[in-house]
Amino acid sequence: MDRVDGLAKVTGQARYAADHLPEGTVFLYPIGATIAHGRVAAVDATEALAIHGVVAVLSHRNAPRIEAPTPDLAVLQSPVVDHRGQFVAAVVAESPVTAREAAAAVRVRYETEPHRVELRDDAEGLYAPEKMLVGATDSLLGDVDRALREAVVGLDRTYTTPYAHNNPMEPHATVAWWTEDGELRMHDANQGSHSIAADVATAFGLRPHQVRVTSPYVGGGFGSKLYTHPHVLLTALAATAVGRPVSCALTRQQMFTSVGHRPAMIQRIRLGAEPDGRLVAISHEIVQQSSAHQEYAEHAARPTRMMYAAPHRRTTHRLAPLHLPLPTIMRAPGDCPGMFALESALDELAEACGVDPVELRIRNEPALAPETGRPFSSRHLVECLREGARRFGWAERDPTPRARRQGRWLLGTGVAAATYPATRVPATAEVTAHPDGDYTVAIDASDIGTGAWTVLTQIAADALRTDPRRIRLRIGDSALPPAPGAGGSRGTASWGTAVLEAAHELRRRLEEYGGQVPPDGLRARVASEPSAWADRFAMSGFGAHFVRARVDMDSGETRVDQMLGVFAVGRLVNAKTARSQLSGGMIMGLSMALHEGTRLDPALGLFTNADFAQYHVACNADVGQIDVVCLDEEDPYVNPLGAKGLGEIGIVGAAAAVAAAVYHATGVRVRDLPIHPERLLRG
Amino acid sequence: MRPFRYERATSPDAAVATVAANPGAVFLAGGTNLVDLMRLGVARPDRLVDVRRLATDTVEPLADGGLRIGAAVTNSRLAADLTIRSRYPVLAQALLSGASPQLRNLATTGGNLLQRTRCPYFQNVTTPCNKREPGSGCPAREGDHRTLAVLGHSEACVATHPGDMPVALAALDATVRTEGPAGPRALPVTSLHRLPGDEPHRDTVLDRGELITAVDLPVLPLTARSRYRKVRDRASYAFALVSVAAVLDVAGGTIRDVRLALGGVAHVPWRARRAEEQLLGAVATEENLRRAAEAELAAARPLRDNGFKVPLARDLIVRTLLDLLEPLQRHDPTEARP
Repeated sequence: MDRVDGLAKVTGQARYAADHLPEGTVFLYPIGATIAHGRVAAVDATEALAIHGVVAVLSHRNAPRIEAPTPDLAVLQSPVVDHRGQFVAAVVAESPVTAREAAAAVRVRYETEPHRVELRDDAEGLYAPEKMLVGATDSLLGDVDRALREAVVGLDRTYTTPYAHNNPMEPHATVAWWTEDGELRMHDANQGSHSIAADVATAFGLRPHQVRVTSPYVGGGFGSKLYTHPHVLLTALAATAVGRPVSCALTRQQMFTSVGHRPAMIQRIRLGAEPDGRLVAISHEIVQQSSAHQEYAEHAARPTRMMYAAPHRRTTHRLAPLHLPLPTIMRAPGDCPGMFALESALDELAEACGVDPVELRIRNEPALAPETGRPFSSRHLVECLREGARRFGWAERDPTPRARRQGRWLLGTGVAAATYPATRVPATAEVTAHPDGDYTVAIDASDIGTGAWTVLTQIAADALRTDPRRIRLRIGDSALPPAPGAGGSRGTASWGTAVLEAAHELRRRLEEYGGQVPPDGLRARVASEPSAWADRFAMSGFGAHFVRARVDMDSGETRVDQMLGVFAVGRLVNAKTARSQLSGGMIMGLSMALHEGTRLDPALGLFTNADFAQYHVACNADVGQIDVVCLDEEDPYVNPLGAKGLGEIGIVGAAAAVAAAVYHATGVRVRDLPIHPERLLRG
Repeated sequence: MRPFRYERATSPDAAVATVAANPGAVFLAGGTNLVDLMRLGVARPDRLVDVRRLATDTVEPLADGGLRIGAAVTNSRLAADLTIRSRYPVLAQALLSGASPQLRNLATTGGNLLQRTRCPYFQNVTTPCNKREPGSGCPAREGDHRTLAVLGHSEACVATHPGDMPVALAALDATVRTEGPAGPRALPVTSLHRLPGDEPHRDTVLDRGELITAVDLPVLPLTARSRYRKVRDRASYAFALVSVAAVLDVAGGTIRDVRLALGGVAHVPWRARRAEEQLLGAVATEENLRRAAEAELAAARPLRDNGFKVPLARDLIVRTLLDLLEPLQRHDPTEARP
């Protein structure tokens, strides 16, 4: 089925947050700190206020007070500056151009303090966080150090991944105003309106229903729009201060310092193995950036805890609190950088043991989830590897590096595994039957370009045994029944289950009416329960990436000619949008491998390449053939739909497969992303 | 963006007079760089004088057999011009390697010569930059300079010229024609841009109010054997880490003429005259090409993180010339997208 929202989007009829201009809207332009650490000593707005059309200049001195739910959201509440780009003031004006121009006229004076922005794994002040995004900080099984010492084959490698910035196509934007009833309304670009509304309600001391956030159309997020960010509260603060609707659309450059990023990481992996490649010990120690003002810790070792069998195993996460912006989740937080390191190490181990990298992974396939001892609800990693190998012609591969040439190109192939957990969280859906034969399906789900509009329509139509055109779907509104945001690859599983159960309940009730819809319609509302199986099974999707790449001997430029991804992710609700999600993830993995990364000026605490001309994401010319294959997989335990979720698994492991192909082509092992040309030049 | 006045100039003389007389006035052509810089607050003109309809937008033959490219010819149009493609392939290749189709549809020949550096500090008004604010300092020297200059830079500035087309024009010995307050003049494109020295805020030798009206390409029968090779961080829509424009004429294994220019390495499109001198009359062996490239790059003074550009430029010069020696390799089938 085609996207139900496709026509509205390509014809420009879908209205995104900043497209809304309530009558009397004024425009906000935030001013970012130009120091990395210190205090705002003075804000001189005289010149800015003299500009025609300027309505107000806000700073910590005159902004309304709020009870910020987290330190990062305490925008304009104190003079303290913890990172460069932190909002220290804002201009509100009659036009966006005036606001921006006046912002340049606001003079902010600072008292600077020394800052610390460099990520090092030997720095003082590293600490173990008490709470991770998911899972435990550390894990330990057996005697890892001894097993590593005594292992016949040992590997000790450090991998680093840079700061990466989500950069969805639609920049973050918020429009906020107060109603006559003292309620706060917002149009906002986000991945889940309920949590945004809850944060705003907390900040302004309102009851949850007094804040309404709508976001039916969102132009991408990749995680950056899941949490509330400072500009959301800043916009609401401004609406409070000026008593008019306020619109704030961040610039691309501002997004590099105010809506989160994937934290840079230093990951040390030590493997101990038998000569045949069977692992006896795995140690994965991670140091990642957090911020000085608020903690952020993502679970990069999560996949290491469940991918491969080994009796002795250890994982640790340590944080470096730096005077940099607060990181946030970015497509497969934790799992994505973690699997770059783990899968790269597996490739190195395969070479050290002289075992084919596909075979090495198959030899280390665990019978049960290695750390929890739970059975997998379904796990078809081996099938993905074998099917991928078959389709890719892997059997012909000569593992010798730098042994294939075509003209001045060195050719190589690489493989890596993928995984992402299949989770589901409670959600509530309401389905109403109308006498005209239509149904309204209401749930605060979020479509950030993933296809939620389409798949929820399909799920409802199937469950109600009606034509999809009969479904009037309503999503992206905090006034709708509550549901989790679009994150963790759990949208379809969570929202879909709620829609399915509500539809079933409605049909049951319709039967009580003899199948006739009463004149006022008939409604069913269901809050789905958590899965009864979640504590008994390990639930994850799996996949395998195969990559064909070439590297120019003279320039070090890499081209990826083919990516093949084979996935076992349960049932596909919509093959078309599923393919888009998976291939999009793979391309983002290619981009991570070759292009993406923010460079940091340590003296200034500045991300230097903070625009699309210099922060490179893969463009069309970088993407060769992309093949996506999904195995038929039945999993009765994950959720009633049997769908495991596939928003994130496409990126997981993809960068490791590219790096493996580049090694195979060149003989140069790149453990430090991105793989820029100079890393492959021999000088 | 600062409020500004927009006007469409009625004649070159009027445009020149307006900009010469008003310190806040600037010429506007395609706007692909200027408008960005205005948004960023780097350029703060109060008056835009649109010259796009003044200059010709045609490529005309000259009496001596050369070509005159009107300053308003867009990059996409120039790249598609059949004469350019057949007689000056290096120029067509350079144009097509730059920016994106959308930008090439707007960018003009005159404006492209005058685009400003993409040094991240120059583009960020919250940092010091001697080019943007003379005397404020240069954080790039110690900071992020991976993409910046290895040749001809100064204590004050390590920025690079970002263009592709100007590198090809430098190799082709093109002439820039201008109208200025002091009347018309013609200058070699290789003297248009300046090294930063103590005045990095001056990108070119043009006077205030001096307007580029055309670029002349000389008759160079040998230019059919020419090539532009650009190395960058992604396959398109990225500035050059290093680029090479090469024109080569070989007879009986001996180099009869050669023109070489480098992009991405200096504040100017870098004409590699030292290498050319060594190569003239020499036997076209890989060894000789390498020695000449090394001689050119002996003057390089790389910074902490851009040292890779020196061997990269060397190898790229050698490879580009070798490719020109073996015409069959110019059409390496692996270059085509699968």
